[in-house]
Amino acid sequence: MLELGKYSGAILGSWGITLGLLGFLVVLTWVQARSAKRKHDEIEARRKAGEGTK
Amino acid sequence: MSAPNQRTRQARDKINWIWEWANPVKFMWFSGLVLPWLIGATVLVMGAGLVWGFFFTPEAVNFGSSVKIIYVHVPSAFMAISAWFMMVVASVIWLIRRHHVSALAAKAAAPVGTVFTLIALVTGALWGQPMWGTWWAWDPRLTSFLILFLFYLGYMALWAAIENPDTAADLTAVLAVVGSVFAILSRYAVNFWNQGLHQGASLSLDAEENVADVYWLPLVVAMGGFMLFFVTMIFIRTRAEIRLRRVHALELRERMADA
Repeated sequence: MLELGKYSGAILGSWGITLGLLGFLVVLTWVQARSAKRKHDEIEARRKAGEGTK
Repeated sequence: MSAPNQRTRQARDKINWIWEWANPVKFMWFSGLVLPWLIGATVLVMGAGLVWGFFFTPEAVNFGSSVKIIYVHVPSAFMAISAWFMMVVASVIWLIRRHHVSALAAKAAAPVGTVFTLIALVTGALWGQPMWGTWWAWDPRLTSFLILFLFYLGYMALWAAIENPDTAADLTAVLAVVGSVFAILSRYAVNFWNQGLHQGASLSLDAEENVADVYWLPLVVAMGGFMLFFVTMIFIRTRAEIRLRRVHALELRERMADA
């Protein structure tokens, strides 16, 4: 077992906050990228359908 | 055609291949191709650096086990500054060449840089408390980093506040160039001023100034991992921005057709 001694609070706090913030950024980026792709696919499909009826 | 003109044209052609990558279609193709490899490399290198730093490094004589904080603090601080410089380069390309991909890449980098800056500030405070006896001091490096964080927030707020994307890209590009002063100060504050609590650079081109190899090697791997993480995030976020820009353009076209 890793022994962190008297600095354990500072170390675990730093690592916890870092991994938490990076994880939050990854999830946020993934959600935004998926949403952008869905919107893009929808409007492209609508455009192609519109061109097909002309 | 005269020989000097031909040489100038050849030189221009040699440089012009770079700008072809600013084409959104080409960027989407290329980024889609490399993203799976980038994600894999990020997980591998970042994971290796962090696990090595956390579990397999000894206590330092001066800092005790708190030295393990450098593996998250130093790479975050380095990337916080690097992200801003990347935004400056992309912004200057936008201002000069008007390539939309570069403006969108700068926009995509801002939230990533903000998170890195926040991590550097918070982990610095958590480290500073047991080492210096205070969470915060108006030390040159800490203060310039706080100002850099505010610049990041201002940059994102400016993008969000302006409806016309080209005007937003112009104004945020100017802000990025102005903010580079604080990015430079954040990087070199410890070299410019000797006063303040923050110690000197942990990594340097001068081998004698570096931390010992046993800490240096995992630190370099962790920094490589953070760099890869940054590039991966930029690729994913820029792809999303390009798609949203296309959605915006097609919606406008639909509205004009309906009117």
